[in-house]
Amino acid sequence: MSIDKEDVQKIAHLARLALAEEGVDQYQQSLSSILALVGEMQSVDTDGVEPLSNPLEMTQRLREDVVTEENRRKDFLANAPESEAGLFLVPKVID
Amino acid sequence: MNWEVVIGLEIHTQLTTKSKLFSGAAVGFGAEPNTQTTLVDLGMPGALPVFNKEALRMAVMFGHSINAEIGMTSVFARKNYFYPDLPKGYQTSQMDHPIVGKGYLDVTLEDGTTSRIGITRAHLEEDAGKSLHEDFQGMTGIDLNRSSTPLLEIVSEPDIRSAKEAVAYVKMIHSIVTYLGICDGNMAEGSMRCDINISLRPKGQEEYGTRTEIKNVNSFRFIEKAIYTEIERQADILEDGGRIIQETRLYDPEKNETRSMRSKEDANDYRYFPCPDLLPIILTQEYVDGIKATLPELPSQKAERFQSEHKLSEYDANVLSSSRAMADYFEDTNKVVQDAKLSANWVMGELSKLLNQEQLEIQDSPVNASALGELLARVKDNTINGKTAKDVLQSMWNGEGSADEIIEAKGLKQVTDTGAIEAMIQTILDANATQVEQYRSADEDKQKKMIGFFVGQVMKASQGKANPSVVNPILARMLKG
Repeated sequence: MSIDKEDVQKIAHLARLALAEEGVDQYQQSLSSILALVGEMQSVDTDGVEPLSNPLEMTQRLREDVVTEENRRKDFLANAPESEAGLFLVPKVID
Repeated sequence: MNWEVVIGLEIHTQLTTKSKLFSGAAVGFGAEPNTQTTLVDLGMPGALPVFNKEALRMAVMFGHSINAEIGMTSVFARKNYFYPDLPKGYQTSQMDHPIVGKGYLDVTLEDGTTSRIGITRAHLEEDAGKSLHEDFQGMTGIDLNRSSTPLLEIVSEPDIRSAKEAVAYVKMIHSIVTYLGICDGNMAEGSMRCDINISLRPKGQEEYGTRTEIKNVNSFRFIEKAIYTEIERQADILEDGGRIIQETRLYDPEKNETRSMRSKEDANDYRYFPCPDLLPIILTQEYVDGIKATLPELPSQKAERFQSEHKLSEYDANVLSSSRAMADYFEDTNKVVQDAKLSANWVMGELSKLLNQEQLEIQDSPVNASALGELLARVKDNTINGKTAKDVLQSMWNGEGSADEIIEAKGLKQVTDTGAIEAMIQTILDANATQVEQYRSADEDKQKKMIGFFVGQVMKASQGKANPSVVNPILARMLKG
């Protein structure tokens, strides 16, 4: 199985990665070879095998429903490139 | 063309946990921006989620209340998309193995017809943050307080066939989650939001038409109006020979229209996969059964009991059981007065009228259930009549005291002393000799109508305090002469 250039561009867009035109060929090749390996694995007969969601045979640990965290807004906002009125500022988005 | 409407609903209910789904930050509406966030909610590298036990219990409880299969092994999955109010770049949700599987609800409409609405699934997921598009130097402000707030998304089958049915279904879900205490039901604050999937097909056609999805409708009234508007829009397009585009739309209540948000075919490619940060949740039968044992009486069960135990009509029983607060109020009133029909009439009538006037919820009523019960007990034992009782209720509402205190202070006790009533009637008959003559010469049918005049005079003379059940037979006898 291989993918074409359009697929590469679509995947890059979904991951919000800016891809230079010359990079597309390279990714097309390396992604295709990964898919070839996956293709090989798909020849294994998996009839009746439940998909595995986690290799650890354990159950999720649960947390008591208590508030354990304090307000650390000042620290968090200090990490942000821009903030105002307690808000993180990001380039304008309109849905 | 005769169209059939096909509707499926996704209802997001915010669970009433104290802390978030995957972190120990507080959950709450209206806090200062970004004061209820943690490294986990902000999606900081290396911060790992830990699942909230209480959210699990609430989800299982809901599952039991809709007769659903509980997912004994359920798995969190990542739903990947980019938006600034989702800093991780994915929403932790559930896909192939939800916590609640197939269930159903029987929904009764106002006209008494009942239909069974299938529920495909209900899954746990985290909410996103909030984007504020006001002008911050041309930028968007992000508040992540709501991020990782636990939601239970309840997905129905496309079994709903009308706007009315959709509203009845949402009301029923609302009533169940508030009965269970797993959601505060406050739609204005977004604790319950509804996505409406809607399509039309020619009546009799098996295949579904292309659907649109109306996002985030947050009141019963808007759900109904949004559906009517969208049905009309789709029917217009189809009847003109057009084609419906599968897309997400937004309902604008001010213009009463839906408009396109984005085309679903293109934008949404969520690339779900099992979340490697969270292990599967494996439940034991003992745990699941243990939660079942703690289920409170549900609205439909309460409505049935009100009919069998209190002999209420189906309508009264449904109205009273629709909210837990109202049902409790009714039962507490009835405990005092021991007359279910009387209690039901007053809770649904006079009391509801006063509550509506001041836009109060029944749990905030200035007259509590036992106080209303004491008032109704005075109606039942004929101390006062219904008309006087309304005035007394108003005085109680204004904080003038208990029913007995007000009746005493204002001298409202009914006159039941037959001697006193006879004397009063005699005075009235003497003063209205002409009317008495007319009455006596009239035939029986006419008399029945004419007696009202004399009853009115007696009530006026007694300032409403004469007991009608005592007055009527005496008056009839004395008029005969």
